Amino acid sequence: MGHRKIGKQTITFTNSPRVVAAGTVVGHFEEQGALSGHFDKVITDDKWGEKSFELCERKMYENAVCIAIEKAGKTTQDVDVLLGGDLLNQIISAGYAARSLELPFLGLYGACSTIIEASLVGSILVDSECANSVACAASSHFSTAERQFRMPLELGTQPTPTAQRTVTGAGCLLISKDSDNTSKATQPECFENVYITQATIGRVVDLGITDGNNMGAAMAPAAADTLLMHLEDTGHSVNDYDLIVTGDLGTFGSKMFYMLCEEKGVSVADLHLDCGTTIYLPSQKVVCGASGCGCASVVLGSYLLKRIEAGDIKKIFMMATGALMSPVAGLQGETIPGIAHGIVLERRA
Amino acid sequence: MKITSDQSKRYQAVVNETMPKSNVLAQVLKAFLVGGIICCIGEGINKIGVLLLDMDEKTISGFVSVVMIFLGALLTGIGVYDKIGNFAGAGSIVPITGFANSIVAPAMEHKVEGFVLGVGAQLFSLAGPVLVYGTIASIVVGVIAFFVR
Repeated sequence: MGHRKIGKQTITFTNSPRVVAAGTVVGHFEEQGALSGHFDKVITDDKWGEKSFELCERKMYENAVCIAIEKAGKTTQDVDVLLGGDLLNQIISAGYAARSLELPFLGLYGACSTIIEASLVGSILVDSECANSVACAASSHFSTAERQFRMPLELGTQPTPTAQRTVTGAGCLLISKDSDNTSKATQPECFENVYITQATIGRVVDLGITDGNNMGAAMAPAAADTLLMHLEDTGHSVNDYDLIVTGDLGTFGSKMFYMLCEEKGVSVADLHLDCGTTIYLPSQKVVCGASGCGCASVVLGSYLLKRIEAGDIKKIFMMATGALMSPVAGLQGETIPGIAHGIVLERRA
Repeated sequence: MKITSDQSKRYQAVVNETMPKSNVLAQVLKAFLVGGIICCIGEGINKIGVLLLDMDEKTISGFVSVVMIFLGALLTGIGVYDKIGNFAGAGSIVPITGFANSIVAPAMEHKVEGFVLGVGAQLFSLAGPVLVYGTIASIVVGVIAFFVR
């Protein structure tokens, strides 16, 4: 077994954990966006037949996990651990979904970085042969997040010029060991060639942003820090990647991200894709783009992984960015810390 | 991660400088327009009270408030007031209809948590501060007026 840790914060996987399938569930507003038709399931309305928005989010979470497992031709019996979380207090969407799925569960909170945090920990479990198959999932819901972090839905307020809309969506990645026998012959919707080869664990970075409606600016320093650390640890340059992806920096956050990287002599603008500016159309008027755990989860699960599988892009550094903000800490005068975790997704024939 | 305050000050300065700004003039005009329309509606109701219902000066102010609060609550309930607010900003927050909106919106949101700890406890979560400081201000003004007069 070779050395897995390289540099300060990066891990190289020696047993090639493989993403065998992904499941995505989104709201109808997301389905009307730029990635229309890519998602596995679209919910009928904001409550999806449930009594509350929270119950709807839980159902979306469960569905995303089930779809991923189904696409790989497996059952919940074949999954060793469910990892993940969401944006709500006590990560209730994930916790209650794990209750009904009856899976061993590791709840994680990394705000909007949760999907990559889960995939990173999941890959470590698979790579170290502590698990054969892990499901990594995260979700967010516009209506539950508004209530958790902002104002009641029906309150007549204006979005600020840096506001982002929380994605209603849940995404799940099923990661298995390389020897897994899932193949396209029996499971046409599975992935055969997508591997997670490296991961960089992010630091919490805080440059003193206090505006909860400007999360892009709060998270950009963390994204830049993780990317620069990854490049330093691995000795790679950004040109070794086909895409540098961030979760939900939005249009303004992306601008700050370029500036911070540029300061260190790294030019990313041409290679960069932000999930938050990808999912919606300009006509949907979401100001600076999308945010939320669901954002990176569904864009990765429904779009990016398919492109890697198709060979259209071969190697990406996928970061999900989280603003570790709390309404309580905010009222007590605290600033908003950001975090970003990254994984390298690579196509191998 | 430890960040030197220099670095964070520099970053905040760049953010403040480059971040997209609201168009204040357009916002003010929209707020003026919608706020003005709401006030005109209030004035219309006032006239109805005077001319058709034969109300006196004191009754009429209560009557107008009640009708406007009802309209604000109704428009919140049928999901229209948030759209007005999205356009008008302060123009629809400041009038009494906005006060109704700030009470009905949390009530609707928290109905699923029950009528006591949901609706009951959250009803004034936004309007509460207005009531508290409005009452305090009126006490202060009252005391001053008592001695000054």
